[in-house]
Amino acid sequence: MLSIKNLHASINGKEILKGINLEIKPGEVHAIMGPNGAGKSTLASVLAGRELFDVTDGEVVFEQKDLLDLSPEDRAKEGIFLGFQYPIEIPGVSTVNFMKTAVNEHRKYKGLEPHKASDFLKLMRDKKALVEIDSNLTNRSVNEGFSGGEKKKNEIFQMAMLEPKLAVLDETDSGLDIDALRIVANGVNKLKTSENATVVITHYQRLLDYIVPDVVHVLFDGRIVKTAGKELALELEEKGYDWIKEELVK
Amino acid sequence: MSIDTINNDFADLFEQGKSLLEENSSKFMNTKREEAFEQFKKLGVPTLANENYKYTNLVPAFDHPYTVDLQYRTVIGDLNELFYCDVPELDTNLVLLSNGWYYNQNRKLETPEGVIVCSLQEAAEKHSEIFEKHYGKYAKPNEEGLVALNTALAKDGVFIYVPKNVVVEKPIQVINLLRSDRDLMATQRNLVVIEENAQAKLIFCDHTLTHNKYLSNTVSEINVAKNAVFDLYTLQNQHLNATVLNSVFIRQEANSNVLSNTLSLYGGLIRNNHYTLFDGEHCENHTYGMYLMDRNQHVDNFTFADHAQPNCVSNEHFKGVMDDEATAAFTGKIHVRRDAQKTEAYQSNNNLLLSDTAVINTKPQLIIDADDVKCSHGATVGQMDDDALFYLRARGIHEEEARMMLMFAFAHEIIEKIRIDALKDRIDELVEKRLRGEISKCNTCAIACNQ
Repeated sequence: MLSIKNLHASINGKEILKGINLEIKPGEVHAIMGPNGAGKSTLASVLAGRELFDVTDGEVVFEQKDLLDLSPEDRAKEGIFLGFQYPIEIPGVSTVNFMKTAVNEHRKYKGLEPHKASDFLKLMRDKKALVEIDSNLTNRSVNEGFSGGEKKKNEIFQMAMLEPKLAVLDETDSGLDIDALRIVANGVNKLKTSENATVVITHYQRLLDYIVPDVVHVLFDGRIVKTAGKELALELEEKGYDWIKEELVK
Repeated sequence: MSIDTINNDFADLFEQGKSLLEENSSKFMNTKREEAFEQFKKLGVPTLANENYKYTNLVPAFDHPYTVDLQYRTVIGDLNELFYCDVPELDTNLVLLSNGWYYNQNRKLETPEGVIVCSLQEAAEKHSEIFEKHYGKYAKPNEEGLVALNTALAKDGVFIYVPKNVVVEKPIQVINLLRSDRDLMATQRNLVVIEENAQAKLIFCDHTLTHNKYLSNTVSEINVAKNAVFDLYTLQNQHLNATVLNSVFIRQEANSNVLSNTLSLYGGLIRNNHYTLFDGEHCENHTYGMYLMDRNQHVDNFTFADHAQPNCVSNEHFKGVMDDEATAAFTGKIHVRRDAQKTEAYQSNNNLLLSDTAVINTKPQLIIDADDVKCSHGATVGQMDDDALFYLRARGIHEEEARMMLMFAFAHEIIEKIRIDALKDRIDELVEKRLRGEISKCNTCAIACNQ
């Protein structure tokens, strides 16, 4: 589904990603862990098409398409979803209008007619129930005045609405209490199928108690330095990242 | 032409046209006219040297051989047929003005008993007691050259009177149609008197129906008595050859509530002077404004909240979206006088610049002579929020559409303050069209404008 080869990216001339290689197949859940500043969020942003970063080398193929050639909106419509670490507040844009526009753009891309108003509202209702998000949140402007947990729930709600092939969830667990964490993780798990894939970017192991990964990668200084099964996450939790640094020095 | 020549031309016009100016005007108006002319001779048309006009050069706008009508010019055709407002579900008491003059074939209005809507000329004669109590009392010809000029030349406009305890449910909509086969300067003078405990909503629309160059110098005086509730919506949507000079003077008495919203959608040069005098305790005032400017359009909003009495609240918010080489200025003056304790006065001005060449000059001006007040001001000038734009695009929304959504959201904060739903919906629609680069005119107006 996704194939990243030797991906290099920099911001303002400073190289952050220094040769990432990653293969993701449908049905898989990958966790990307690593210390602060390793380049985890940069990887997520580059995949979503943030123009702040310059891709200097390498290739990213998503469903047989050169992802780096596509605009952010076309990547989204091809099926990439970025769950933001810090979802943006957009006063004056209602969540309903936002989602209606987004869903209909996706439909147009697939050659489908826009949803009828009643169908759209039903879709909203179903997805809200699925991810346990309050109506009073979706009736407001996008993320405006939301708590940290509410913003993250709203990300999962949007993911449910857009049904991506590949969801990249950037530090979705940060700022969540244990109840919110459970709800968010449940949402992700419910949306899981054998056709789609999820990349969970996280600093801590605790989210992985709820979203169980098939593969765990350690990103360090712009490279993936270790890849293993879910037991790697537990090892990292116990020992921290220092032993990886030591291994690298050897 | 220099400013002196322009001022001298007006002096000549006044002297030579004096008999026509005085004809059909009441003695009271003519006395005011005479005084105002003396003041105009001292003040003249404001120039850049005037601190309040630092960013708006009126000389090029005045430097043109306009026709000035000193008498009512008979309208050819039936304006009611030629023009109708097609805003769906906007049910109003419609009053038409022709080049600033009250149209003599206006249809009869369905207003509650005691409400008067007529021409200023008629009011000066028939309702002289009310007229003379208010006319020339709130506008400041001694401070403002444009007001002096208006008062010297004014012959007509609309007069609205809402008696004590009367609630006018249906908004009164006054549409001034600029329609001439010659380039024209119009002088419109309005007087609105809302008595104690009365309620009314007023919409001023201006339309240009021919492509001629226009300059309109309008003054409106509005007195809102105790406990009265009054809404004023000013919709400015002219063509690029139009200069709109619009001065509004509102006086509020105790416990009154006023909401004013000035929406500048299109025009060549727009200058709004918006004065509010708090002349009683516990008044509430909301002054809003929005401007969408592109090409080489210019808009200048000058506001003055004069807190003369204690315990009043004023809240002011202006927002603008500027593109191309458009220029704008905002001055928000608040004066809290010595005895006006417990005043709350808030003000903000936010601007979105879409090009590197658009310019905004924004200036808060707070003079606070009382010691127990809450006042705040804030001004922002920014570009499109890149994070928000990326967020929308990352959900699959096309960049152009995402920009549009953000601009619309920015402007909507002002539009949503409109307390007439049908008008709010229409403005939403016009603003959306405008932001998409389409003609922001209502259909019938667009046809009438032949655009």
